Amino acid sequence: MALIVRFRKLCFVEPVRFQSYESQKCEKKEEIVAPPTKNGLEINKKKTKRGPRELSCIDYCCWMIGYLCTIWWLLFFLYHCLPATLLGFQVPESPGTRLKREGLIAQHPVVLVPGFVTGGLELWEGKPCAEGLFRKRLWGGTFSEMFKRSLCWLDHLILHNETGLDPPGVRVRAVPGLAAADYFASGYFVWAVLIENLAKIGYEGKNLFMAAYDWRLSFQNTEIRDQALTRLKSKIELMYVTNGYKKVVVVPHSMGAIYFLHFLKWVELSPLMGGGSGPGWCSKHIKAIMNIGPTFLGSPKMVTSILTTEGKDVARFRAMLSGVLDSELLGIQTVEHVLRVSRTWDSTVSLLPKGGETIWGNLDWFPEEGQVCVCSKKRSLLTSTNDNSTDVKGGLQVKESNKYGRIVSFGKSASQLPSSELPSFDTKEFFGLHMDKNSGSSCGQVWTEYDVINRESIRKFAENKAFTAATVFDLLRFVAPKMMQRAESQFSHGIADNLDDPKYEHYIYWSNPLETRLPDAPDMEIYCLYGVGVPTERSYVLKISPADRCKSIPFRIDTSVDGEEGSCLKNGVYLVDGDESVPALSAGFMCAKGWKGRTRFNPFGSRTYIREYQHKPSSSLLEGRTTESGSHVDVLGNYAFIEDVLRVAAGATGAEIGGDRIHSDILKMSEKINLQL
Amino acid sequence: MPLIRRKKPNEPSKTSASDSKTPSEEEEDSNNKEHQKKPISGRAQEKPGSKPKWSCIDSCCWFVGCICIAWWVLLFLYNAMPAYVPQYVTEAITGPLPDPPGVKLKKEGLKVKHPVVFVPGIVTAGLELWEGHQCADGLFRKRLWGGTFGEVYKRPLCWVEHMSLHNETGLDPPGIRVRPVSGLVAADYFAPGYFVWAVLMANLARIGYEEKTMYMASYDWRLSFQNTEVRDQTLSRMKTNIELMVATNGGNKAVIIPHSMGVLYFLHFMKWVEEPAPMGGGGGPDWCAKHIKAVMNIGGPFLGVPKAVAGLFSAEARDIAVARAIAPGFLENDIFSLQTLQHVMRMSRTWDSTMSMIPRGGDTIWGGLDWAPEEGYIPSTRRQRNNDTNNGCQDGIENEVSQRESVKYGRIISFGKDVAEAHSSDIERIEFRDAVKGRSVANNTCRDVWTEYHEMGYGGIKAVAEYKLYTAGSILDLLHFVAPKMMERGSAHFSYGIADNLDDPKYKHYKYWSNPLETRLPNAPEMEIFSMYGVGIPTERAYVYKLSPAAECYIPFQIDTSADGEDEDSCLKDGVYTVDGDETVPVLSAGFMCAKAWRGKTRFNPSGSRTYIREYYHSPPANLLEGRGTQSGAHVDIMGNFALIEDLMRVAAGATGEELGGDQVYSDIFKWSKKINLSL
Repeated sequence: MALIVRFRKLCFVEPVRFQSYESQKCEKKEEIVAPPTKNGLEINKKKTKRGPRELSCIDYCCWMIGYLCTIWWLLFFLYHCLPATLLGFQVPESPGTRLKREGLIAQHPVVLVPGFVTGGLELWEGKPCAEGLFRKRLWGGTFSEMFKRSLCWLDHLILHNETGLDPPGVRVRAVPGLAAADYFASGYFVWAVLIENLAKIGYEGKNLFMAAYDWRLSFQNTEIRDQALTRLKSKIELMYVTNGYKKVVVVPHSMGAIYFLHFLKWVELSPLMGGGSGPGWCSKHIKAIMNIGPTFLGSPKMVTSILTTEGKDVARFRAMLSGVLDSELLGIQTVEHVLRVSRTWDSTVSLLPKGGETIWGNLDWFPEEGQVCVCSKKRSLLTSTNDNSTDVKGGLQVKESNKYGRIVSFGKSASQLPSSELPSFDTKEFFGLHMDKNSGSSCGQVWTEYDVINRESIRKFAENKAFTAATVFDLLRFVAPKMMQRAESQFSHGIADNLDDPKYEHYIYWSNPLETRLPDAPDMEIYCLYGVGVPTERSYVLKISPADRCKSIPFRIDTSVDGEEGSCLKNGVYLVDGDESVPALSAGFMCAKGWKGRTRFNPFGSRTYIREYQHKPSSSLLEGRTTESGSHVDVLGNYAFIEDVLRVAAGATGAEIGGDRIHSDILKMSEKINLQL
Repeated sequence: MPLIRRKKPNEPSKTSASDSKTPSEEEEDSNNKEHQKKPISGRAQEKPGSKPKWSCIDSCCWFVGCICIAWWVLLFLYNAMPAYVPQYVTEAITGPLPDPPGVKLKKEGLKVKHPVVFVPGIVTAGLELWEGHQCADGLFRKRLWGGTFGEVYKRPLCWVEHMSLHNETGLDPPGIRVRPVSGLVAADYFAPGYFVWAVLMANLARIGYEEKTMYMASYDWRLSFQNTEVRDQTLSRMKTNIELMVATNGGNKAVIIPHSMGVLYFLHFMKWVEEPAPMGGGGGPDWCAKHIKAVMNIGGPFLGVPKAVAGLFSAEARDIAVARAIAPGFLENDIFSLQTLQHVMRMSRTWDSTMSMIPRGGDTIWGGLDWAPEEGYIPSTRRQRNNDTNNGCQDGIENEVSQRESVKYGRIISFGKDVAEAHSSDIERIEFRDAVKGRSVANNTCRDVWTEYHEMGYGGIKAVAEYKLYTAGSILDLLHFVAPKMMERGSAHFSYGIADNLDDPKYKHYKYWSNPLETRLPNAPEMEIFSMYGVGIPTERAYVYKLSPAAECYIPFQIDTSADGEDEDSCLKDGVYTVDGDETVPVLSAGFMCAKAWRGKTRFNPSGSRTYIREYYHSPPANLLEGRGTQSGAHVDIMGNFALIEDLMRVAAGATGEELGGDQVYSDIFKWSKKINLSL
């Protein structure tokens, strides 16, 4: 389709150009022709005779368009006539088919819990500008509305600034059913491959359920507004009963993992606070939780996306086309709008790094110490196969200058200096400052919280400083006080000292694995499945935005900062091993250490397994998203992952599918983390 | 389009222009070359010799290009057009549109209160593929039924194969799993643009309904009701979902809105849910009282529909029969090896659910050889709205007497028009039940399309025709005779009689649950039952059949479309006797239970749940722009009837039947019900 559109554009542009050019020509020609013919009539004749001939440039265009169209259709037709096998792809056999031949059949009902962003949202009630979009997808699908009426679209996706619920007069709800997240956009699968393979061994609507929820809301609010948790509970109970009392296998992805953690806690608590099913519910109904790419300890990516709305990709894009995204001429202010909308989404806060400096490292220390940088490792693997010794050395060299613990640092120097040389800061000193308001009158209607904050104070606050996973919250509270105030009544990011403290009964702690206990379900298995081998954002070098106009966001990633060749610092982003979005540390730590054996977070000793999937990039474009990918979303199409899920769903235990399978340094890293268990 | 205008006059002179080429032109040509490179090189490939000439292919290409451009421009303009223009145009032509009920009732202050459950009917809900044969590659989770029906045209045989069920079990054939689409999308639109539930949903959403308060109880409508539970646990899911919705909506009971066959399905559900566990849902004896506020049956075929008989007997209804008469031979065409009807018949005979719609209650309800409750039916249009144009049966009261003699609705199938009209004592009938079914001689010529008719042979077919008249009671015997396997399967799941003694323990069996005449309503005195249906459309009631001329490979019977009444307004048209109804379900079937059998405390309704009849008089859309109309009474189009939607919404927002205005009757349903002699 994209080709057609491009082609159509081509056709549209050309005729115009030809026409104007040619018509000038035609006039000229007449002048040339006119002198020899003395009779006016003759000229007229010539004109009528010639007119067509000279206009034929238009004809040519028509002709050409017709020609191309015809050829296009012919090719299209031929392509459709071709049997699929002729195209020469030897598609590897899908795990579903293979396992079916092995005799696996559907046993345990499967619940899929989608993650952040990948679930579809549809409109149930809107403002007049959204006329005709009733029950149409606003998020997911083709995103056509985003282009057609972008402001209206944003108006509907935004949540209320204070409550974090619907703004008045707008109801946007999660798409229910499997259709919610099988494909994110047309052709871009999320769960579809897994669903198809599950179906091959006998799964269908009655034993496969997609727990779609509105991923913009905080977890507790999904229950308050949509009763999403109650529905999930009732669905699981129903499937348990109707499938011959077989426990369910839950497959949460990304943020779904902490959503389900929240659910586990919610479901067993008394009806006043939770689902009221009493202890033992999880042990009775759940066989295994197969977290895929879980964000148990958060993701550093979220920090910058809240600060500047940009991740690695956007930052690079911005550097390349400086000015386009920020262009005021078009009145677009894209980034500002995105910032305004995404800051109303409470769920983003659930993805901030959890566990503070104990987990993510402080100014001088970090758990990935000594880890060979992925990007350099990969490159050297590609070029020289057996040059391991130098490779490690290169990694060690780089190590000295990387301080991953500093999640956000302003300026490259701040990111690399020893901590003793960094200017010390005192947060309290600054919190008084931002009350003096900037003159916000000239700032258009796009209101972000940045407008309220004095630029100067931001500069003072941030300049040459480095922030760790703990102090970065001060920065966030400073630049986005309202959002953090709202969100911190929904989520907590600390580490519990004493889990018996009654305050941990409150729902803000439920989705933080470091502040909550696993339920009493010794037979329940917990899997941490994630891709490794993809460079993943871990910490950022920011700069104060050069254009200090009132509308712009004051920070941006300093894309000019690059490390030496083979360094982990690239375009202002320090990279570590992970699945492109979630560092291995966040995905694997709980299973590798926090819950391993009987710990205070896992008092009943549910077994945990780590299964890592080494990323293999696609060898050619034709392959599309490969079956061996390890990146955050594509891993859902990874055949090894699918096979694991199918085997567990068909009754296998974690030990039977091979126990732990580790490629990364997750165990080493976890060992370094000094967490009382 | 200035391009076209300027171009046209020139074409003929083209060749001459290029022939008489002056040197200056040639120079320019070379100048132009740069800009015309593409076209020229393209042309050079085709015709190396004559470069500047327009060949036929070129003209074609030019034409295609022009059309493409024109199309794109129009498309662009259409997309750029603000959304209110079409509505403005429509309003300019038809006058201002009425407010949709959702808007109107929102202004009145109605708000979401009771959760709503939709139960779709036969055919209208979508089915999707979960596992299929080789030929259905790439259709995983794509709709086989509903949507665009693209696959029907692309690979019809494959499609039929996947839509069929197993011949003996009535469940999936091996290697194929076709499952109902779940969620509201299952039946919001049947095909793109053809709404079923979408209008109702949109209106409910205006007063605050959303996905958590609306539930589409989609089920596989091909299966018998109990099998949906056996295979998919559909009834259990429905029970859980209703419980969940009631619990999460502050204990407000659910309003159930079944449509068409969904009415019977829900009847089955109500009985199932209170039965103890092995056969039923184990909800306890007061489940319905606790969870259901009202059951608002739309177009419910409580007592079955005669159309189902024709469908099972010869795979045709009025529409198909007419099409067949217009283009004889096309549907049966052997040249294309289509044998459409045979395929359709083979497929639909594996669907148990079709048998749920065979007329129930036998002669007591539907009338005997010489008697029928609708006797003397005069189209209600005539009497109530004298100025209305009348497409009904009879010309007026003058004719009534004479016509009364001739229309014998009780004879659901008769062979020959004369037989249909003669008095029963004049007709000689030969018992068919014991007739020997002859082996058909040339079975192998019939290709792979196997219908049970091939086993009947000439003898059986002849015997069927000899019996001449079939009433609702003997229809069952007839079907047992012509399709023994199907009926054997069907009679395990459905029953068509009238219970003499409801305390008989045999009525605990699930096959009686969907027959309102053999089951009791649950003990829920608070629950309200509505019968809502359209009236004012001629509806099939009885058929005149003939033997098919080529009786071997074809279906041996077909509707005798040549049988017409004497005058224009006769009830007999194209071999079909019609009565008042909603085009599919006769008034009698839709209304009788609420009009009489369940009214007050009867043995079918021991707890005295209140019943209401709401009829909606059909008025066809005034012009094409209105689409399917907002006052339609037709079986499916009634789902877009504003009056109906308003009633549904008021009840969903908390109103009772009394507050709606009680009964609203246009037809003779009460008169007819009175004629039916049923002990209550």
